[in-house]
Amino acid sequence: MPADTKADNKAAAKPAPKARAPKPQVVTANALLEGDVVYLAGDRSWTRQLSDAQVFDEPLAAEAALAEAAKRHAEVVGCYLAEVKHGPRGAEPTHFREDFRRRGPSNYAHGKQAAASNAA
Amino acid sequence: MYVYDDFDAAFLAERNRQFREQVARRIDGSLTEDEFKPLRLMNGLYLQLHAYMLRVAIPYGTLNPDQMRKLAEIADRWDKGYGHFTTRQNIQYNWPKLPDVPDMLDALAEVGLHAIQTSGNTIRNVTSDHFAGAAADELTDPRPYAELIRQWSTDHPEFQFLPRKFKVAVTGSEIDRAVTRAHDIGLRTVSKDGEIGFEVIVGGGLGRTPMIGKVLRDFLPVTDLLPYLEAVVGTYNLLGRRDNKYKARIKITVHENGIETFRDLTEARFAEIAPQFEAAATQEQLDRIKAMFAAPAFRAASDLSYQAAHSADPVFRAWADTNLHAHKADGHAIVTISLKKHGETPGDATSEQMRVIADLAEAYGYGEIRISHEQNVILPHVHRADLPALHKALKAVGLATANVGLVSDIIACPGMDYCALATARSIPVAQEIATRFDALKLEHDIGPLKIKISGCINACGHHHVGHIGILGLDRAGVENYQITLGGDGTEDASLGERTGPGFAYDQIVPAIERILRAYLEIRESREETFLDAYRRVGLAPFKDALYEAERDAA
Repeated sequence: MPADTKADNKAAAKPAPKARAPKPQVVTANALLEGDVVYLAGDRSWTRQLSDAQVFDEPLAAEAALAEAAKRHAEVVGCYLAEVKHGPRGAEPTHFREDFRRRGPSNYAHGKQAAASNAA
Repeated sequence: MYVYDDFDAAFLAERNRQFREQVARRIDGSLTEDEFKPLRLMNGLYLQLHAYMLRVAIPYGTLNPDQMRKLAEIADRWDKGYGHFTTRQNIQYNWPKLPDVPDMLDALAEVGLHAIQTSGNTIRNVTSDHFAGAAADELTDPRPYAELIRQWSTDHPEFQFLPRKFKVAVTGSEIDRAVTRAHDIGLRTVSKDGEIGFEVIVGGGLGRTPMIGKVLRDFLPVTDLLPYLEAVVGTYNLLGRRDNKYKARIKITVHENGIETFRDLTEARFAEIAPQFEAAATQEQLDRIKAMFAAPAFRAASDLSYQAAHSADPVFRAWADTNLHAHKADGHAIVTISLKKHGETPGDATSEQMRVIADLAEAYGYGEIRISHEQNVILPHVHRADLPALHKALKAVGLATANVGLVSDIIACPGMDYCALATARSIPVAQEIATRFDALKLEHDIGPLKIKISGCINACGHHHVGHIGILGLDRAGVENYQITLGGDGTEDASLGERTGPGFAYDQIVPAIERILRAYLEIRESREETFLDAYRRVGLAPFKDALYEAERDAA
């Protein structure tokens, strides 16, 4: 994941401003046909895995990517920026809502968690 | 039940054809989401957290076996083999794919079902008493009136863009099982000098500003029903606020303008438009509809097999004692099939369960099925002689849980597990409460109790009118659950009172347990229900029990 590593290095190199450091973000949406959760990847494709999403540490870059992604209305619906944190394997959610979107519902092993268990 | 005529069938076919083309234009990129969204919402298609969701109307909660089988088939062919019955007597499919939805709607149309006006700022699916046409306490079957309202409101040109959504409930009994006081319009049939009419209640609703409806007209003759409803909704359409979504429901309109002003405007509008409605034509249509809702020819038989099973089989007895309700016809009972098996998702039924219900309705229930706003299935007419066989068949597919009206018969909205609007989960809270009290074996000891859980302030889980209401919120990025006590959705409707600070996800089940253990201490006898005890002693002792641990720690 070169994009993420790069972002990590960049974040580490710059001393974080004291007041309210900008939070890393990803562009996320629902796929037009399937309706499932997708994230913008570094190569501009849509990925089903949050860990493969491109993480934007700079708010301006995130906003620009969102504006660009929102124009792709034949592919996705309802683009927005979701706050994440950097994890050992890419982006991780910081809010429980994004955690559910990443995983699927808690009452059945449906959604992304089903795909994950099938793949395993 | 109502059978579609050529007009209904042609209308539905045309709507489905239009939507199929709209979906095609969305997929080929000629419609943007902004253009498509109002079109899909008019056809009940939402985009939720993990997928699209299709909400199918079950008018006034009435289904026939073929319709139930079709719902099962749709679940298998285009979803994940189950459906979720909701507090508005609808069914929701949680996993459809956009290109499949036109086929799903065509399949529904084959059995006279649709998803029209299950979303958007229109008059939604008309709901009713799930015991309609069967209850011993009923004055009249409310469903013909509900059907008349469905026909009037479907595609009504004046009411497709109301300030906000609009919900109508109708009941035919003094005992209010349709929560009429928490609807935009609630209609209660009443009798005056031998004539049937309606008490019209307006401006009730839950959501972020819960209100109990107010009486707008204490007696409305049946033939005035449609012009009067048109006057009410027309008045709201003009007067209702469009500047603020949260102030747009009719309850706010009535609250801000006062019931007297709203009544005067409605009556003036009614006087103006009533002459355009032909009372004779309304009566004729109503008579036609009523004939379709005629009660079946109830059979006479001995109920010795019922008596024998009741005395010999404790499992059957427990089920019969909780899940049956008094029927108007001799020898018959109303059966509630619980969709609340301990640990399962409230309101969910698998396609297999749906097929079994359809078969059993045919074998033992005169072919009638109802869905309740409490997310259960009802076989309204079953002869007592058939109950042992019915119970056995239900047991085989996990549908014989004896918990109707008890602690585990919980209403829960889909919450954060599915809903894009939710602020916290509801389903797992319901599952854990049910599992916990089943393990404690306290359920039957606690007795009648309504727990209702919503995963956000919009209150789809009716928490305000739960004896115990639970509201899931997002407090600084963590799920937090507020408790209200003493709510009631019946004819004595009241809103629950908040106990105090909320509880974390892993603390909410123990909190509910403390409340119920306090109730067992407080009650004067087994006959004093939780709600009765609450009304006698008030909030204080429950509050003490709830926050005791925290006070001790402080």
